[in-house]
Amino acid sequence: MTAILFLAQRASAAVLALAVAVHLATILYAVRGGLTAADILGRTRGNIAFLIFYGLFVIAVAIHAPIGLRNIFREWTRWRGATLDATLVLFALALLGLGTRAVVAVFIS
Amino acid sequence: MTAEAHLAVEIWRGTESGQFQVFTLARRAHQTVLDVVTEIQREQDATLSYRFACRVGMCGSCAMVVNGRPRWTCRTRVNDVIGEGERLRLEPLRNFAVVKDLAVEMTQFFDKWKQAQGYFEPGAQPAEDFATVPPATPERRTADAGIECIGCGVCYSACDVVAWDKDYLGPAALNRAWTLVNDVRDQGASARLAAVSGSSGCQACHTHMSCTQFCPKAIAPTYAIAGLKRAVLRKALRGGA
Amino acid sequence: MMRASHKQPGFAAALAHRLSGIALAVFLPLHFLALATALNGANALDSFLKVTRQPFVMALECGIVVALAIHMTLGLRVLAIELLDFREKTAVVLSACFAVVLAIGVIFILNTG
Repeated sequence: MTAILFLAQRASAAVLALAVAVHLATILYAVRGGLTAADILGRTRGNIAFLIFYGLFVIAVAIHAPIGLRNIFREWTRWRGATLDATLVLFALALLGLGTRAVVAVFIS
Repeated sequence: MTAEAHLAVEIWRGTESGQFQVFTLARRAHQTVLDVVTEIQREQDATLSYRFACRVGMCGSCAMVVNGRPRWTCRTRVNDVIGEGERLRLEPLRNFAVVKDLAVEMTQFFDKWKQAQGYFEPGAQPAEDFATVPPATPERRTADAGIECIGCGVCYSACDVVAWDKDYLGPAALNRAWTLVNDVRDQGASARLAAVSGSSGCQACHTHMSCTQFCPKAIAPTYAIAGLKRAVLRKALRGGA
Repeated sequence: MMRASHKQPGFAAALAHRLSGIALAVFLPLHFLALATALNGANALDSFLKVTRQPFVMALECGIVVALAIHMTLGLRVLAIELLDFREKTAVVLSACFAVVLAIGVIFILNTG
């Protein structure tokens, strides 16, 4: 179990390394002169490449963040075991759900 | 006539609960911390408990926390730790149960070596002949890099993850397991990788690297643990998780 | 007396990595909710973006961008040590990491003016 979580964490980290680099570069470029909805939606509306890229980004984040938080809770608090794992699965699903909704929102708007 | 310089030493007395007791003695040019503790125990307070054996940096028995850092007291000069007028502070190794004063209980430390399968597994069939292991082979070089561990406990004391997770196997046990993973004669590879990848196994290491920084034998448990992580990953990817 | 292990650069790195990770984990759901206001039309997203022009919010934004940069660079360091058997001079590598993060932070501030 630990080996699988570790593999998932590191694999999603590798995906995120790339995705975050692209995202940071995009942010640094896009915020020049202020950011408006038109700026964002002009880039994302109907853009399939965007949809796929950020869709994968959301999946990677939904895997990576909860596993990271799991370590933190287990090491820095007394919370561990099935209740912690179940809560983090819910958090993962929340990230997945909200993230997908956000990506779709700027794709169709 | 110059006044003799004095050294103030705070020493932990008691077990998990207790207090620091201050001793004063002459400060001399080439004192080691072991010299200081021994002088105090022999001339001022015979009830002080501490460990040492070889006195020459070979056995690791004298390890304790000196001014916040785990070290061998026989290899630590007082002048390297404190300046003029500063105090020495001696505590038992962190992350171990305290037997008394500066002596700690090492049992759990060595139990974790067993849990990590840090012992050679010859296999069911005895070898028919002596194994030939050229020293320059990559696996042997890797094993040799970690083989000099004498189980002093400095790395274990320094490790924050051990402090956060009492079940964490710790740098010494994992380092030993890695040397055996690289021992081509050993037959216990599969079980050992399983042993080091439980919930408090090698994946719990967060590369703080204090173990590597403080090891008196210049062993790098961090890289041994990284090796274990890779070995476990490879095994998992081949479907052996 | 601070224990020696907490003075190690590797510990500082792990702490920065962990704290930035927590910040990002808290930020992300809010980020997703903010973007999804576009479902109510571009104006809804615009009115939200106007809120973020306040200096305090912009400072937080910069903080999150820096947190993202910290988390990424230090994460790359961990991946290098664990997966590529990278042997480092820790202090040097960490200085390089923080230099990159600083650069990203500065560029962000300059671009948002």
